[in-house]
Amino acid sequence: MNVAMQQLADPMDIRPFRIEKIRKELADTFTMELVPEGGGSFAFKPGQFNMLYTFGAGEVPISISGDPADPSKLVHTIRRVGAITQAIGNLSEGMAVGVRGPFGTPWPVEEAFGSDLVILAGGLGLAPLRPAIYMALANRHRFGKVVLLYGSRSPAEILFPKELEKWRGRFDTKVRVTVDRAEPGWGGHVGVVTKLVTGAGFDPMHTVAFVCGPEIMMRYGIQALEQAGIDSSSIYVSMERNMKCGIGLCGHCQWGAPFVCKDGPVFRFDEVADAFKVREL
Amino acid sequence: MVQVDNLGRILEEHPFAEGLEPALKELMIGCAANERFEAGQFLFREGGDAKKFYLVRSGVVAVEVHAPGRQALTVETVDDGGVLGWSWLVAPHKWTFDARAQTLVRALSFDTTCLMRKMDSDPILGYQVLKRFVPVMAHRLHAARMQMFDLYGPGKKG
Ligand SMILES: Cc1cc2nc3c(=O)[nH]c(=O)nc-3n(C[C@H](O)[C@H](O)[C@H](O)COP(=O)(O)OP(=O)(O)OC[C@H]3O[C@@H](n4cnc5c(N)ncnc54)[C@H](O)[C@@H]3O)c2cc1C
Ligand code: FES
Repeated sequence: MNVAMQQLADPMDIRPFRIEKIRKELADTFTMELVPEGGGSFAFKPGQFNMLYTFGAGEVPISISGDPADPSKLVHTIRRVGAITQAIGNLSEGMAVGVRGPFGTPWPVEEAFGSDLVILAGGLGLAPLRPAIYMALANRHRFGKVVLLYGSRSPAEILFPKELEKWRGRFDTKVRVTVDRAEPGWGGHVGVVTKLVTGAGFDPMHTVAFVCGPEIMMRYGIQALEQAGIDSSSIYVSMERNMKCGIGLCGHCQWGAPFVCKDGPVFRFDEVADAFKVREL
Repeated sequence: MVQVDNLGRILEEHPFAEGLEPALKELMIGCAANERFEAGQFLFREGGDAKKFYLVRSGVVAVEVHAPGRQALTVETVDDGGVLGWSWLVAPHKWTFDARAQTLVRALSFDTTCLMRKMDSDPILGYQVLKRFVPVMAHRLHAARMQMFDLYGPGKKG
């Protein structure tokens, strides 16, 4: 299926993709590269997600973690947490998985051109942000400063360590990584991710921030960004809620007024700040 | 005198000194020393008398916890512009962690017996020093709480 046909397809149609490659990232997390059965490409915007279907188990929303400039393969990074993600994790290279998508709102990378860009990620939250990082670095000259702040529980749980190292090696990008605790041998930062915000060197009046991670980490991360002077209208967050249809029909993902599947997952923070503070929405 | 001038310049460059009046800086400098630690060297050990604090000029200091039969665990790092050590302010004035240089570390250390005497007789100095330590303590408390939450999991996208 070519890109044009992809846009016309019924969003409830499940398209078969073949697993071309599986890479273990962490003890419970892996990355899959998928190609459409029968050829073609898959265009998407950074921050969007697909519903991944595995026969006999069911369907789950998973963000796309690949490079939007390379539509020849579809990349997903998945943590095994329950029945469906386990079932997907048990598939092997060459097997098929069903895909519906791409769905949802993207990270506003182009809208951030001309500003400093701060990307604040925690844990597996780096995966949905990676497409935005690829796109920002491909357009590096269009930004002021580009700062990537990443926190993880321990050095062994750092996602994409080789890429973080590569990005850190660039002269035009500041990459700061911290872990909550570390054993001897770790030569990097130890401390909560919010501490990285101080001294990150961006101009808060002209900065756009993308934040993704567990909700509690996002809450404190946003607080730190606001304390550093970034307005809540310049902060974007990606939310997760259980989903069924993925296209705004079933109401499963409703989060206050918005539906995460069609109004999100990427939201401007000032537009959802109230819902963000409510417990158990 | 040259030594004191140098220390004054060093203190001036540290964020701790921001907004501190020259006369108060001078009082502080009277209790200061310039120190250097090689990577791996301890600045202080848990249980020792806390008679100093450090303004880190450059390098990384790991704050470590030790438990018998287990590897040391780093719970925080303090680097350029950071403030290390507030046990001197709280009885029984014992270090509650180890602090080890993770890289070459240059720091200004303060003899807190000397400084405390000056703070007792000059309440403005006392207030200004404490005012700068309260955020350090508050940040540490906040960080400890966040670490207790386990920010990165097992919740969503952890
Ligand atoms: C927009 C969006 C994007 C997402 N992107 C990704 C992604 O890129 N990679 C990825 O691995 N996951 C992602 N998720 C989460 C993923 O959809 C869930 O982990 C999945 O639906 C769980 O299904 P399951 O059947 O395996 O587990 P379930 O049986 O549904 O749950 C098993 C256990 O895991 C817990 N759990 C449920 N959801 C999550 C979660 N999100 N995180 C951690 N624990 C959870 C449940 O509370 C339960 O205890 C995304 C979710 C949304 C809404
Ligand atoms: S998943 Fe059905 S409305 Fe969002």
